[in-house]
Amino acid sequence: MMVEPLDILAILSVLLLLVVLRAIRREHIRVEHSVSWLAAALALIVLSRLGPQLEAAAGALGVRDPFLLLLFLILIVFLGVFYRFSRIVSELKDMNITLTQRVAILEFLLREKDGSA
Amino acid sequence: MVNGGRTLILIPAFNEEGAIGAVVREVRELLPDLPVLVVDDGSSDGTAFAARAAGARVMSLPCHLGLGGCVQAGYKLAFELGFEEVVRIDGDGQHDPRFIPQLLNTLRESGCEMAIGVRRGAGGGYGTTLPRRIGILCFRLLLRPILGRPVADPTSGFVAVNRRALEVFARSFPLEYPEIETLVVLQRRRFRFVEVPCPVRPRLAGRSSITPLRSFYYVVHVLLGVFVNILRLDARRAARAVGETLHDG
Repeated sequence: MMVEPLDILAILSVLLLLVVLRAIRREHIRVEHSVSWLAAALALIVLSRLGPQLEAAAGALGVRDPFLLLLFLILIVFLGVFYRFSRIVSELKDMNITLTQRVAILEFLLREKDGSA
Repeated sequence: MVNGGRTLILIPAFNEEGAIGAVVREVRELLPDLPVLVVDDGSSDGTAFAARAAGARVMSLPCHLGLGGCVQAGYKLAFELGFEEVVRIDGDGQHDPRFIPQLLNTLRESGCEMAIGVRRGAGGGYGTTLPRRIGILCFRLLLRPILGRPVADPTSGFVAVNRRALEVFARSFPLEYPEIETLVVLQRRRFRFVEVPCPVRPRLAGRSSITPLRSFYYVVHVLLGVFVNILRLDARRAARAVGETLHDG
């Protein structure tokens, strides 16, 4: 029995969904940061159920193999997720730097008052 | 130092236990009236202890931020304490503190926002290795059209800034390899800088954090940083132009 690429995608998407839900339940991922992964998993599940539409879209776009179009769409989904997390990480880094500097300044001023800086 | 003063000597340091004590002592002997602040960038050695023992005030960052974050923390503190000028020198002993008065005088007399100590080694070069000299030359060529004027040593960490620059740097400062991007930040604000030749000396201890592999990352990072700063400048100009058009209309 041949397993179709779309079925593999569906299985992997459900697995991704389960892994993310489990991570949320165990508090390894915060709910607000799981949204991108859940959206990506759901998008891939929907994509995996759109075989005829994928073939039609591939034909319309002149892509010879619908599988290539599928890979391209998966790539777009994950690039979207990575881009969002890059923004989040950058914001967090900026906030961390500001907080670290503020802690150091306040600690310094306290030590100055004690005369131990 | 809590009440502030006119001038602060700022020394960012990361794992400079072997050199920082001598640097602080030398600065304090030459300029006993100026407060010396060492910003310890989360060192894992005895940098903070050695600096304190030599007579410096020490502000310790709880974790390692990198040079830009470390220097900016010092600028923020200096600005909040009301200092009018800050002289930044490296903690490895390469910068000769005897040139601090010259740097400060030039800053005051020129009316510029920043004075840069241009490194001159014993041989007349930048007192650094050949690959770095080539890198500095490339950055000079890149910066000339951006700044609209030549710059002799865009990677020097021996600088004096006045309160206007301090205010800007307290709010916005490049976080990694900041020297070159700092010039572009100044240019964005139409601030000016002046250069002062200052001989450099060999490091007292330790090694440069910029290894050959990191040099490549350094170049890419700086080029990207300069490019992004120019884009921000263009965006501001465009926004200003739109505002003026609307105002005129």
